[in-house]
Amino acid sequence: MKRARVAVGGAVHDAFEYNGKVKLTDGRVFSEQEVEWLPPVQPQTVFALGLNYADHAKELSFSAPKEPLAFLKGPNTFIGHNASTKRPDEVTFMHYECELGVVIGKTAKNVKKEDAYKYVKGYTISNDYAIRDYLENYYRPNLRVKNRDTCTPIGPWLVDRDDIEDPMNLSLRTIVNGEVTQEGSTKDMIFTVPGLIEYLSGFMTLNENDIILTGTPKGTTGVNAGDEVITEIEGLGSLKNHIVSDGVFQKS
Amino acid sequence: MVKAKALFNDLYQPAAIEVNAAANEVTVKNNTHQADELHWRVPVSGTVYGAALNYKGELDKLGDQLHEDPYKEPPKAPVLYIKPINTLSPHQSVIPLPAEEKELQAGAALAVVFGKTATQVNAESALDYVEGYTVVNDISIPHESVHRPAIKQKARDGFCPIGPWVVQKDQVSNPDDLELRVYVNNELKQTASTKNLVRDVKQLIADVTEFMTFYPGDVLLVGTPENPPLVKDGDKVKVEIDEIGALENKVLSDKQG
Repeated sequence: MKRARVAVGGAVHDAFEYNGKVKLTDGRVFSEQEVEWLPPVQPQTVFALGLNYADHAKELSFSAPKEPLAFLKGPNTFIGHNASTKRPDEVTFMHYECELGVVIGKTAKNVKKEDAYKYVKGYTISNDYAIRDYLENYYRPNLRVKNRDTCTPIGPWLVDRDDIEDPMNLSLRTIVNGEVTQEGSTKDMIFTVPGLIEYLSGFMTLNENDIILTGTPKGTTGVNAGDEVITEIEGLGSLKNHIVSDGVFQKS
Repeated sequence: MVKAKALFNDLYQPAAIEVNAAANEVTVKNNTHQADELHWRVPVSGTVYGAALNYKGELDKLGDQLHEDPYKEPPKAPVLYIKPINTLSPHQSVIPLPAEEKELQAGAALAVVFGKTATQVNAESALDYVEGYTVVNDISIPHESVHRPAIKQKARDGFCPIGPWVVQKDQVSNPDDLELRVYVNNELKQTASTKNLVRDVKQLIADVTEFMTFYPGDVLLVGTPENPPLVKDGDKVKVEIDEIGALENKVLSDKQG
């Protein structure tokens, strides 16, 4: 099943996919455009991975890491499907990053790779924007690059784990203004989904609805105000986002 | 007596209390208790962010390294990290020492607790968004490098003791002039002052909210001073901040790993 959280009629609802439409738990059915999409789970602890695809690491002139390069993101950065992300007017390098998001299903500590999928609730799509102008070499990638308000669209759906046969063999792509600009496959991850769950749960407790954003493949390029950016993953759907200038957010 | 709020025993909501730090007493609805008689719980509800390298002494210690690889130049923006929810732990809780480690670093931190949503606020009005202050012991596995995010060293279960209470903002004379002290087994190991912050509390809030929002209940640790004391299995560690309170925890080996 594909699940979502949406706002409609002045209230927040759990919903699911129904014949290409959105069905609320009370039975009402709406089109995708009639609802306001929220992140499919309420973000609490969210991990993201840097340089987790060999081709992307090479593109940025880094050798592949020996240990996962994991960092944390705050709830402030997440927005749902069809929403707008603000782009500071003064920057040059704002890049999209299409990523497979793994949602944890139950408390996990010291989980072995072989058991890791038992702790997964499902999967979603995330666009983990980075504003590379703000990169500094302290706790890199720093929060000013990776934890900006509105800079992590996620959704539209949380797809149940058992609906995805092999999360390590899904095609990903990004489409900017109708043109495909990034293509890859989750089979090229350096640290796999079970490997990341083993790694992270090996030193800290993971909780239900924690999210792991698993990194992006090669092909990240710049986006500008007015662009429509769609990130897609096979079997998970299509996450649409619009880039807007600071002024839209009343930035002084 | 200072006005504060806290969560303890079986309360559902934080309660208003009055604290007499010198006597280690708290007054709740006209009943006075020894602070140690209560079962304290984590007094905040939001996300905990920390600022690294925000004490001048920390930058001084790095010295020329700030200009060398991998850093290349001194930091321009605040250097931030997140202490996720698995790390939060109350006053008098146990800090688990991972089986493979011998020592941990105690990071004495003044913690700013937000009361209102703060986005793009300027330094002059920054304290309008603050509800109060509490004490954090930002525990880390000792590590030299600040090049990569240190979640394996800083985000372990129980690595962010916080509390015991949140002192109301108007009870604190000046957050930029508070002395911090760290005691290990009742022996004074470190003294520092928030006078030595690189960015003072208001400026730090302004520079962070330039790109990210704090929500009510979120917390910002304004920094940890240079030369953090080390603690080992069995140690009692206490972080005390003038006008706020004292947070005490015990380090115990995590035998289960």
